[in-house]
Amino acid sequence: MSDELLRVTNLVKNFEVRRTKNSRSKKRAVQAVTNVSFSINKGQTLGLVGESGSGKTTVGRCVLRLIEQTSGQVYFDGKDLGSMKYEELRALRRKMQIVFQDPFASLDPKMTVGSSIAEPLIVQGVPGDHNDKVFELLELVGLSVDHASRFPHEFSGGQRQRIGIARALALNPALIILDEPVSALDVSIQAGILNLFEDLQKKLGISYLLIAHDLSVVRHVADRIAVMYLGKIVEIGDQETVFEHPTHPYTRALLSAVPLTDPKAERSRTRVTLEGEVPSPMNPPSGCRFRTRCWKAQDICAQQEPVLELRATGQMSACHFPES
Amino acid sequence: MAEKILQIRNLRVTFDTPFGQVFAVRGVDLDVEESELLGVVGESGSGKSVTFLAAIGLLSSRARVTGSVVLQGEELIGKSPQQMRSVRGRLMSMIFQDPLSALNPVHRVGKQIVEMLQSHQNLTSKQAATRAVELLDLVGIPQPEQRSSQYPHEFSGGMRQRVVIAIAIANNPKLLIADEPTTALDVTVQAQILEVIKRVQQQIGTAVVLITHDLGVIARVADRVDVMYAGRNIEQGSIESLYDHPSHPYTRGLLASIPQPGKDRLTPIRGFPPNMMAPPSGCAFRTRCEFAEPTCEVDIPELRIFNDLQTACLRAQELPNFRVRQ
Repeated sequence: MSDELLRVTNLVKNFEVRRTKNSRSKKRAVQAVTNVSFSINKGQTLGLVGESGSGKTTVGRCVLRLIEQTSGQVYFDGKDLGSMKYEELRALRRKMQIVFQDPFASLDPKMTVGSSIAEPLIVQGVPGDHNDKVFELLELVGLSVDHASRFPHEFSGGQRQRIGIARALALNPALIILDEPVSALDVSIQAGILNLFEDLQKKLGISYLLIAHDLSVVRHVADRIAVMYLGKIVEIGDQETVFEHPTHPYTRALLSAVPLTDPKAERSRTRVTLEGEVPSPMNPPSGCRFRTRCWKAQDICAQQEPVLELRATGQMSACHFPES
Repeated sequence: MAEKILQIRNLRVTFDTPFGQVFAVRGVDLDVEESELLGVVGESGSGKSVTFLAAIGLLSSRARVTGSVVLQGEELIGKSPQQMRSVRGRLMSMIFQDPLSALNPVHRVGKQIVEMLQSHQNLTSKQAATRAVELLDLVGIPQPEQRSSQYPHEFSGGMRQRVVIAIAIANNPKLLIADEPTTALDVTVQAQILEVIKRVQQQIGTAVVLITHDLGVIARVADRVDVMYAGRNIEQGSIESLYDHPSHPYTRGLLASIPQPGKDRLTPIRGFPPNMMAPPSGCAFRTRCEFAEPTCEVDIPELRIFNDLQTACLRAQELPNFRVRQ
């Protein structure tokens, strides 16, 4: 029996762009995700990082089959989600939940907190009175029992995010996708939520797919890291290895772009500042997609697409001229 | 001692709303020195933006502003909207988080810079156009000549923010206020924009106030920091001192809640920010402070010098030492 909970292989998602009436151009597609593969073990956290447009959220949605992938497979507990019938998938959804970024938009303002948390139980036809379960969940996420009868507007952002987490936990999931779960929160509040994720994982053995642009958050929570750029994973490996010894130039630049909160260390380190911005995913550069912003780019980078290769430090990265 | 460009004294801003009064800024004291980069940090609702919107005269008539804001010896509070219009863009400019809403979509960017130049200086169209291209070059826009005849939608987010900066510094203002200028941008682009702001400060000698919630951004570029909580500034000082030995429990709490490599467990600040319609009596942070005692409920602490910082905490001297780093 393997420890693997989720395996994603060669995931591709293209979004077709609607042609305007007068345009004679061919049908075009945005390649949001191209050949992404990774796995998550039970009780582990994979952090998916990248800038806007890197495809990290799309990966999350494909994993849940909230959107249909163009090609590729998602295996959950060894079962291929793509070949499942609707009923089977529905039953399996219990095991996979998601927490969204905006705690103000993800709760129904007209439902009490208690009924919001109980809703997944009702939808999945769990029999019985759900009050006890709701109370248990509220306490689990650090809220109190009497919060159940209140409405979302009575809560702060951090508390609402806790309600969203309680709802995600209602069906005892094995995997929770955390899509930018703390980026709408102030730092002093964010720390409490990050601690909660850690505690829940220890207590319940849940796996997380943490999607975030904030590298310090990902570093704190994740066991493994996948760095995405323009729809592809450019580097993947253990958290410490990737952060301490980045081998892909983009990973290095990304780490270097995030300011440290220690002014002395921040000002004494050598930084790489990237030129330009992320190109359009409608028309990604040939070969290595990062080459237009890479200081190491050579002719080969435009001609030949680098593949993920194992590096001496233990992670995989896709680069013709890896850092060492 | 460097000359003070901006002096804010006992600034208070109150908003009348249908639900009651919101006490957004409750007595801010703050100086900006010539050509320094001052970081103003605080969480949402701390009053950091409102303080500077009041200073530059951009609040709606619903806001009641009292206190004093002196820019280069000139009192700004009480000036008419017409008088403020001649101050803005000439002596003091402000840029915001979203560069797209700051630009006019139907005018070429060059024209928008020219408009700013000509509203404060006597320049011919040709002179202004040349200067506009120079400004675009200064903020790091490649091929500035061609780009100046393009429209905002033809620019990326980072490039738009550069254009906005070019407009803001067109008349060599003494002070540039940047309100979360990089929050909407990706980190690699944020790094570029921070470099542009730093360059503006160093090359033109403009003093910059950088308002942000990100202590990392401040650590990278600021000379001095001002920390705000619940409408008041609670700690000020040089960047080295503030990050090395913060005195105020709130500053300490902020630094302790940031994830850092090697840090095992984060220490969040308990509770949540106060409701600014009814802020707590005395020290507003006392409801979340682990060191609060009964006197904190009564007296509003003023900024006092302690350990080369200015700290507004009654118990600053009694608190145990604080180490951020392992």
